[in-house]
Amino acid sequence: MVHKEIADHIRSWRFAILIALIVLTFIAAMYVSLANIKSAVGNTKDPDHVFLYLKLLTTTDNSIPPFHVFLSFLAPLLGISLGFDAVNSEQNSGTLTRLMAQPIYRDNLLLAKFVSALVIVSGLFIALALLMIGGGLVLTGVRMEPQELLRILGFITITIAYVAFWLSLSIMLSILFKQAATSALTAIGIWLFFTIFYQIVINLVIKSFIPDPAYLTQDQIISYNNFILNLQRVAPNQLYSDAVTTLLVPSVRSLGPITMEQMAGAIPAPLPFKESVMIVWPQVSGLIASTVSCFALAYFLFMRREIRS
Amino acid sequence: MKDPIIQLKGLTKYYGPVKAVDELNLDIYKGEIFGLLGPNGAGKTTTILMMLGLTDPTSGTAQVCGHNATSSPIQVKKKVGYMPDSVGFYDNMTALENLLYIGRLNGVPEHELKKRSAEVLEIVGLSAEKDKKTSAFSRGMKQRLGLADVLIKNPDVIILDEPTLGIDPTGVRDFLALIKQLSRQQGLTVLLSSHHLHHVQQVCDRVGIFVSGKLLAQGDIGGLSAQLFGTNSHITQISITKPIPQSWPLEPELKAWEGISQISIRENELEFTSDRDITAGLVRFLVEKGYDVIGVNQKNYGLDDIYQKYFESNSTKNTSYEKSIA
Repeated sequence: MVHKEIADHIRSWRFAILIALIVLTFIAAMYVSLANIKSAVGNTKDPDHVFLYLKLLTTTDNSIPPFHVFLSFLAPLLGISLGFDAVNSEQNSGTLTRLMAQPIYRDNLLLAKFVSALVIVSGLFIALALLMIGGGLVLTGVRMEPQELLRILGFITITIAYVAFWLSLSIMLSILFKQAATSALTAIGIWLFFTIFYQIVINLVIKSFIPDPAYLTQDQIISYNNFILNLQRVAPNQLYSDAVTTLLVPSVRSLGPITMEQMAGAIPAPLPFKESVMIVWPQVSGLIASTVSCFALAYFLFMRREIRS
Repeated sequence: MKDPIIQLKGLTKYYGPVKAVDELNLDIYKGEIFGLLGPNGAGKTTTILMMLGLTDPTSGTAQVCGHNATSSPIQVKKKVGYMPDSVGFYDNMTALENLLYIGRLNGVPEHELKKRSAEVLEIVGLSAEKDKKTSAFSRGMKQRLGLADVLIKNPDVIILDEPTLGIDPTGVRDFLALIKQLSRQQGLTVLLSSHHLHHVQQVCDRVGIFVSGKLLAQGDIGGLSAQLFGTNSHITQISITKPIPQSWPLEPELKAWEGISQISIRENELEFTSDRDITAGLVRFLVEKGYDVIGVNQKNYGLDDIYQKYFESNSTKNTSYEKSIA
């Protein structure tokens, strides 16, 4: 079943378009970062300057955003487009009844839809990462740190988890809504809400009840700041960009506000890989948890559902 | 009698407050062709879905091939081939690919798959079209591919939901002949639902009449008509040349005949309902009275009339209900 679903995805136009989009972004981002890599690596003030390959992924001259920021927009689109018509298109074309009349478990259908899309996305991103590493090796001849490889793989894993979240969300919507267009629009609506409106809404709400910072103690300011950050972390794209930034920029040591006392005595040096992972672990588990809960909900909706054509 | 292969006991399904299927009890035996006959919305499809475990009954049980369809649908689906009323295929795949996919899902071993699919395509007569995309298929071809789909898993029972819907008359005849032949050759049990009486009449050993969730009657066609019309089962229609006047002098005379229970007159057509065969006597009588008989028609009860009879009672109920709403 997974086999057939993968074949379906690969043959479809929509997938070709998305791949083209992502590959183009990747090339553009790489081009810009390669053009600026010399100054970035030569900048000895930057504690991360030794990580050439991470720099390749994050450097930009501000004309276009770096690849991982691009991905925080494109990955949802990829997930949504692979999943929004997973179940309802089968239902509308009458193939779902036919499938369900075969001796297979219903969860196999959902799993096949989910796994096949995920396999494709993983393949795509791993290929891109390897291309980038290989290209970097050929172009610069610089030896790669094992840490860099781990960080890049971590970045790929988190990206896949992020796509998986949107995928499971859109599969759930495709079960919920009978029309593919409705589910696609709803998924895109949720995506837009989280990427654009959610921060605006939070800012508006916070402004209306936060007291003037001038009258607050430092502790209170920190707690308010943390509160705002936590609210923002409800949005999956916030989780993603937090996690990815920490992994790709080794000198990031905290995602929340830090007091002067905490900073005192800190040397601006890159963190070891394990420490970076420790920082982003809550984000990663949050992403996985939301993926799983979406999938569970999809499962729940689908299992006892009456299948009619 | 043999053990029933499909056994429905007190099967009931509510959609909200609406009772779609009402306390259905039905036994279907191995090797027979059973026709589930009823108007649209009578609950035929719902019943079939419950037999396959695709929807849960509100109460009651459906035993198919010895398995409870609600609690172990997988076991049931291994034995039962189901063709839905609007069968759909993956449009971007060829007929053969569609068939192979279903075969794989049914766990047909890979080395047998090719041979098996060629066989079933031959049976349904689609061998020549097997490499065409199914999007180019006509309705009748899709229907036959659907049957191939059902046959590839080597089922014990075939359930066909409205198999004749939307196919032209020759197509229907061929399709039904195919089903009958398959059932006889391979000892398959076939359950087919339809609202087309004639189709059902052509192939079914037994029929069940199903109206608003209730099985009103079941049996073979002869049995049904006896059950329904009792002794008043002879109707003779006679056409004569001239229209009959409003108050016909012969009517009281005829009414006095023994056995005639009803006479209806429509211009130049007479219809007599009686409990015995009086056609010859009627014709002789009319000729003696100077009427020119141009047509005599002795009516046997077909499924049509049986159906009509059930619908009459049902539709009068409906119209009175509508009136009370208005």
